[in-house]
Amino acid sequence: MRLHLLALLAKEPAHGYELKQALEQTFGSAYPSPNIGQIYVTLGRLEKDGLIRAVDVEQSNRPNKKVYYLTAKGRDVLTLWVDEPTEGPRVRDEFFMKLVLAPLTGIADRMALINRQRRHYLSLMGDLNALLDETEPDDRVATLLIEGAMLHLQADLEWLERCQEDLA
Amino acid sequence: MTHAVLKTVNLVKVYSGGAVPVHAVRGVDLVVEPGEFIAVMGPSGSGKSTLVHMLGGLDARTSGEIWVDGKRADTLSESAWALLRRKKIGFVFQFFNLVANMTVTDNVELPALLGGASPRVARERREHLLGALNLTDRADASPAQLSGGEQQRVALARALANEPSVLLADEPTGNLDSRNTRDVLRLLSKVHKDGQTIIMVTHDARVAGLADRVICLLDGEIVDDGRIARRRTGTAGAVIDLR
Ligand SMILES: Nc1ncnc2c1ncn2[C@@H]1O[C@H](COP(=O)(O)OP(=O)(O)O)[C@@H](O)[C@H]1O
Ligand SMILES: [Mg+2]
Repeated sequence: MRLHLLALLAKEPAHGYELKQALEQTFGSAYPSPNIGQIYVTLGRLEKDGLIRAVDVEQSNRPNKKVYYLTAKGRDVLTLWVDEPTEGPRVRDEFFMKLVLAPLTGIADRMALINRQRRHYLSLMGDLNALLDETEPDDRVATLLIEGAMLHLQADLEWLERCQEDLA
Repeated sequence: MTHAVLKTVNLVKVYSGGAVPVHAVRGVDLVVEPGEFIAVMGPSGSGKSTLVHMLGGLDARTSGEIWVDGKRADTLSESAWALLRRKKIGFVFQFFNLVANMTVTDNVELPALLGGASPRVARERREHLLGALNLTDRADASPAQLSGGEQQRVALARALANEPSVLLADEPTGNLDSRNTRDVLRLLSKVHKDGQTIIMVTHDARVAGLADRVICLLDGEIVDDGRIARRRTGTAGAVIDLR
């Protein structure tokens, strides 16, 4: 969450609760609802690393609150994050390892592994279909996230098909 | 126990027109219960189209049996198959096959009328189906005036117009963009919920994700046939990991 908070602070200084609200407003249902405790812990670490600076603001008849500012060092870290290419999903995943190693162990045959994995992906896809159906069409961020996940699953299924053809 | 809508016993298709015979389907045993939605998957050339064409009587089987609604069908003549299709089978082809010199409206109403619906019922079904597929304002167009995606949706509306016992479809979402796919997915899940039996060849994982059973073909044989588990969903953020 570190970089997400830095990005929000690049827009404007804010206190912890405002950051929670900003995450919720920006991502809608596309982000697991952030826990305020977790936000404060992360802010504490960012401050310790010199990426943000906390300023106490006096409040009449309430305890002071801390407003957080992005530092120059924080901006550099954020810029680096935004500018560098992002890793895509790895293909050498757990399933691939099973597929390669299964015949050596004699525990499962590859065809059965692939079939089981296909059913699993389709069941995930069923979930995403239901999710998309329940998502408000104007929740663009959540819609894009779901569509992205669907396209990844589509690719996973095509890859399974390739594996199966290859084994036949 | 309910009886199967569709059943095959050791179904085989060999294309023997060419220099070497092609064994396209090699002994498929299949039982389809009423209301099931089956996705047929598998690599190109694995026999998916051949299989569903045989199920709809559009391609003659080489050997084996086909049963539709408890009646033996593989021994029927072509004209008897045509009659059976009118009453019981809706078919969406990979390449639409709309009647070129008829409007969208007529393309969709005709199968309902041929299936025995009154003109009023045929009109109501057509209005409903075109509306669900976002095609109402294309009702008076002819197929040539439609985009590929529109033709594909009209083909689906037509296939459902006679309220068939079973809907057979061969890659019906190949030409659709994401918005149109969403309309098609909605309609498919609605008719499925209302009890429509569906057997659909598809490479589209979103469509296959609606099915309750998947059959996977490889070299003309079924290598997997099983149920797709339904689970529970949360919000997008909870279901999908942000890395
Ligand atoms: N009319 C035909 N004549 C000869 N061979 C055919 C004919 N139709 C399909 N085939 C062959 O039968 C096999 C299965 O084809 P098809 O059922 O179209 O597979 P799929 O739909 O899975 O791609 C392929 O090898 C294909 O080349
Ligand atoms: Mg095909």
